[in-house]
Amino acid sequence: MKFLKNFGLILLLVLVLVAWVLMPWQGALAAAVLLAAWMFLFRSGMQTRSVAAVGISTLTQRLGSSAVIVVGIAGVVGVLVALLAMAEGYAQTLRNSGSLDTAIVMRGASANEVSSSLSREDIVQIEQAPGVARNAKGEPILSAETVVAANLPIKGGNADESGSAQVRGISEAAFAVRPNAKIIEGRTFQPGLREIVVGKGAVRQFEGLKVGATLKLGNQPWTIVGIFASGDAMESELWADANVVNDAYKRGSGRNSATVKLENAAAIKAFSEALENNPQLKVKASTTLDFFAKQSEQMTKVLRIIGIVVGSIMAVGAVFGALNTMFAAVAARAREIATLRAIGFRGLPVVIAVMLETTLLALVGGLIGGGIAWLVFNGFEASTMAAGSVGKLSFNLAVSPQLLWEGIKWALAIGFVGGLFPAVRAASLPVTTALREA
Amino acid sequence: MKYLHLIWAALFRRKGRTFLTLVSIITAFLLFGLLDAVRVGFDQAGKSANGAQRLQTGSKLSFIQLLPMSLQGRIGQIDGVKDVAFANWFGGAYQKPENQVFSFAVSPNYLDVYPEMEVSAEHRRAFAETKNGALVGEGLARKFGWKVGDQVPMQSTIFPDRNGSQNWPFKIVGLIHVADRKSGAWYDQMFLLNWKYFDDTTPWNQGQVGWYVTRVKDVNQADRVLKAIDEISANSDHETRTQTEAAAMSSWMKQVADINLIVTSIMGAVFFTLLLLAGNTMMQAVRERTGEIAVLKTLGFSGESVLSMVLAESVLLLLIGGAVGLLLASVIGPAVSAGSGGALNLPAAGAASWMTGIGLALLFGLAVGALPAVRAMRVNITDALAGRA
Repeated sequence: MKFLKNFGLILLLVLVLVAWVLMPWQGALAAAVLLAAWMFLFRSGMQTRSVAAVGISTLTQRLGSSAVIVVGIAGVVGVLVALLAMAEGYAQTLRNSGSLDTAIVMRGASANEVSSSLSREDIVQIEQAPGVARNAKGEPILSAETVVAANLPIKGGNADESGSAQVRGISEAAFAVRPNAKIIEGRTFQPGLREIVVGKGAVRQFEGLKVGATLKLGNQPWTIVGIFASGDAMESELWADANVVNDAYKRGSGRNSATVKLENAAAIKAFSEALENNPQLKVKASTTLDFFAKQSEQMTKVLRIIGIVVGSIMAVGAVFGALNTMFAAVAARAREIATLRAIGFRGLPVVIAVMLETTLLALVGGLIGGGIAWLVFNGFEASTMAAGSVGKLSFNLAVSPQLLWEGIKWALAIGFVGGLFPAVRAASLPVTTALREA
Repeated sequence: MKYLHLIWAALFRRKGRTFLTLVSIITAFLLFGLLDAVRVGFDQAGKSANGAQRLQTGSKLSFIQLLPMSLQGRIGQIDGVKDVAFANWFGGAYQKPENQVFSFAVSPNYLDVYPEMEVSAEHRRAFAETKNGALVGEGLARKFGWKVGDQVPMQSTIFPDRNGSQNWPFKIVGLIHVADRKSGAWYDQMFLLNWKYFDDTTPWNQGQVGWYVTRVKDVNQADRVLKAIDEISANSDHETRTQTEAAAMSSWMKQVADINLIVTSIMGAVFFTLLLLAGNTMMQAVRERTGEIAVLKTLGFSGESVLSMVLAESVLLLLIGGAVGLLLASVIGPAVSAGSGGALNLPAAGAASWMTGIGLALLFGLAVGALPAVRAMRVNITDALAGRA
């Protein structure tokens, strides 16, 4: 009998948790409203309210042990949200780099820009493909680009320590195909000269990137003439004239990739089909949104898995902490609960009341943890060697409302598990023994 | 020591509570064991005895820049150099571009510089004699179900052959066995092809080299050799940057992520909550035993011995939890690595992690027990026995 009861309890727990994981916030809100309505409209609900009120009003007397639940859950939520914010920030940065109405063309089977190559002739053919937007002068808006890497000294590192930065040789149209990118200091480079503009993110990561400074790239001195910002992955790069970059890196007339502005988002189909059916070309086109989403996919997944694994292990610890506290709380109130039962309170209100108390503590913990994560880590600067690129990508951690909600959901789930067993124990204690023993 | 049974009895006075607290402590130390193993793994990369003898030379400009072939001979003439091997990044993928494989086109003497990669004499001969032969790590072979003698098509994500096709046929002629799994787990995932075949097949390389690996005769000479190598091409258009393998690895790892910072922050949060939790348990334990402590004191136990008994109890609690947690980490880490087929490498918590972990458990035990212990020491016998405390 006892075995059956425990089994049923665990089954219920699993079902509720599964439903909870799948539930959108609207569902949670509806559940909360229903619970409140029940508590105010029904007799058993009102009983719950009064039992819960006693428990909650005595919380201050059990400050130490209540803090175990709050701080334990705050820790889980804080770490979880911070780790997920890393994944989110990374994905957002790459997602922002792409759009639906620009396309990137690379040689077929290339996983990334560096390993792709396009010849002069390829680029002429791509320019003529249908769907490419044209500027006022009737020229196709296309930027054929060279991607190389440069070792630069890292900010805050030893004199000898260097990191890799992605250098992009661009055509005149580069700013037109990437409307996000704007010069925020200085000016843009003059075609044909060894002048370079550096992204805001690169300035943050590497030593000595200032307007007017000289930089050694491809064994030649370059002058930094401007800083640009784009709010996406591009601003971790250094941009210069493609012809000059090709010269410095002995690349001939070939390029790595071409980014084109499309007439509209729907034009991608005609554009990529035309390229694929062109027997002179061996290239593949995709929207930049697709391209960057694919680049971020793997890394985001790994980061999310790390966050969830670490969060889960911590959550187990927090659940047991909560169980401990709530068992103690229920034991301390055994006589009071038994008295209530003796004067006619049913089991269910007692169960719900204990659960409400735990949930409340869990909610506070979740809010504190999420709040700290938001305060400390929202916008926190991080960098990594991005997949598919040859330079460090700098990005900001992003604590989005969805992540905070996810954190609160975890907190409530931990509270639920930690409260259920003590609550059931409280309600199922035989009244007579409880009154005698406590 | 003679009070051990007393301490033990006190610890398990309330089995339920102690068990629940222990589980929390165990999870905290499990997490510590796993994360610290990852951190140590990153830290130790390239720091093996063999690794210390190797220098890596790449272009100073960037890691995608190639170097001239002629350097091999010139590096070889430097005093103190045992072998000079070279390699190029091949960028191979199997079946689909996402299935990236660590694939290098290597010089014939490459295996001489990497004694960690054990290849039988017969397989080595086959590799030298088969133009499109490939040596693969045992782990990689297992992952894709390859056997010696198989023909495998590889896709290079970078290099086309002379017809512009990026599909390269290979014949697997041998396996790479890695005896020391700890420092060389990634050699197990290696795919090596003949540099000559690579250079002949693709029109893009034209006799250039991605990087050189130099093995020195004496580790203490490494610094001098390193500088001598870079001097060869100083002020040329192909300046080099030579680093010890450990330095090269650590600077690379640092570019990927600041693992130290991440691990420290997570563990900070975990241990903070742990302190609170265990502290609360100990507080409760002492509070409800006030009467018993008074009895002990009446029997003649001094305040100090009561203090040390409570301290011992909390240290014991943390030590048991810590040891079980670390033990679990030592079991789970390798199990996950094995389950992921080498894609994920979580080494077992090493001696260093164990030492740190046990040290932390001791420290936390003392910290957590301090307040309750002092309270126990100050218990007033008459008040406590009269039920006034």
